[in-house]
This record gives sequence, C-alpha cells and structure tokens, in this order.
Amino acid sequence: MIALDWIVGITSWASIIAGSAFMVIGAIGTLRFPDFWSRVHAVSVTDSAGMLLLTLGMCIQGGFTLITVKLVLIGIFLFITGPTATHAVANAALVSGFLPRGADRTIVSGEKKEIIKPKATSRKRKPSKAKK
Amino acid sequence: MIQGIIAVLGLVVLWLLMSGLYKTLVLIFGGLSVLLTIFILNRMNKVDGHKLGYDIGVFATLHYLVWLLFEIVKSNWAVTKIILSGKIPNNQKLFKVPATQKCETAQVVFANSITLTPGTITVESEDDNFLVHALNFAEGDMEALAEMDARVTAIETGNAEGSQ
Repeated sequence: MIALDWIVGITSWASIIAGSAFMVIGAIGTLRFPDFWSRVHAVSVTDSAGMLLLTLGMCIQGGFTLITVKLVLIGIFLFITGPTATHAVANAALVSGFLPRGADRTIVSGEKKEIIKPKATSRKRKPSKAKK
Repeated sequence: MIQGIIAVLGLVVLWLLMSGLYKTLVLIFGGLSVLLTIFILNRMNKVDGHKLGYDIGVFATLHYLVWLLFEIVKSNWAVTKIILSGKIPNNQKLFKVPATQKCETAQVVFANSITLTPGTITVESEDDNFLVHALNFAEGDMEALAEMDARVTAIETGNAEGSQ
C-alpha cells in the first residue's frame, strides 16, 4: 500500500512538474519570439503539452473520484477548444490583412490576393496598415 | 425522437457526474435544468436545422487519437528546442495542405490536429485544402501532413453522402 502511494505520488508530481515546465516554456517563447505569427506557435506548447500533463497529474492525484471525472471533462473540452481558439485568432489576423513576414514572401503575397479579397468587404475599422 | 432520448440521458448522466450531491431538492433542480436545456435545444433546432455530418468510427478515432498523442509529444519537443535555443525562427512559411475528408467532423478533426501539434497552425479552411502556417518549415513537413490527412480520412466510415 505504501509502495502504491509512492508510485502515485511520483508519477503525478512528475507530470505536474513537467506540465508546469511546458507552461513556463510556452510563456518564455511568447515573450521571446519576434512577431505575432511565431508567438501563436509558442502558445500552442502550453495548449497541448502543458494542459495535458497538468490534467493527467491532477487526475492521478484525484484517484477514482468524481473530481477525476470533472478533470477528464475539462481536459476533453480544452483539447477541443484550445486549437479552435488558436485557429480563430490566426484566422482573424489573416483576414484583417496581417500577413506573416518571412523568407517566402512571394508565396505569401500570391496567397494574399486569393484569400483576402472575398472577405475584405467584411472588415470596416482596420485600415490597410496592419502593423503591430 | 431517439436523438431526444439520447440527449436527455446524456444530460442526466452529465449532471449526476458533475453534481455529486444527491438530495431530493437538488435532484429536482437538476431535472428541471435538464428539461430547460432540452427545451432550448429544441427551440434552437427550429431556428437552425443544420445537421452535423459525423460519419466517423469510434474505434478508428480512438486509434487515431493515440497516434496523435505521439505526434504531439514529438512536435512539442521540436518547438521546445526552438524556444530554448534562443534562435529567432526565420523559416516560417504559409502553404496549402490538401484535405481529402468528406464529412465536416473529420475535417474539423484534421484542422484541429494540425493546430494541436505545435509548430503548425491551420489559418484558413476551404473545401478541399487548408492554409497552414508553419513555424520552422522543413522538407518532410508536407509528407507528415499528408500522412496525417490519410489517417484522418481512414477514420471515416465512408457512407457520408456529400455532407460538406
């Protein structure tokens, strides 16, 4: 019984600490990366690895209780809504004309005409100088 | 009708699991909230009768999720290395990825899988291809995304009748 307690404690705390580390890494990336498009990628580290490991660790701590059921539900909802929110932010940036800078500017500007034109009517407030 | 019964049962089970407090008064409140939710659902169905196409197999989806977890671990490690190495990523790219899924749910699964693996984000979704932004574009990325696309298409049961 004591051995089981040890196993539960070690695995749960290992995953909680690892999840926290991924959260911190995501925050570091968000601060360190230069522009919007790379920062979105840094956030997705917290979204996937940090969230999954923290939820897993808390589930192991909870044991076979209703708390674990709630944690699993929270994990499922975040697993679905996290990437959806990221997609919404990135799509909003693209639609409002904020294109990524980078090596392949020609491809991006080629895509730009094709994608932005049909939706350009829906933006009213933002002028063309989309600069952060 | 069958869908309504399934919805009621699902809501009751969800309420019982979330509550954990089984007194008569609280149970009555729970039943009332389930009825209110069903009423609102029914009302909204009259406003927007859009049916969601979900022709995906349960076991195939679970099998895919296990594979996806390993992909998430791998790409997390790659992005973590980029963050901690201190280099500014200068190999960003915006490119199109073909999507061969038929039903809406499988398309959502594919788009969300791309976004969930760090390093790639679905920016725009069209009928048969997605616009994807990559943090550190490498030669093998297109093949990896094509493999993911094939795996998501494999979870479809195949009897979707053009539910795009």
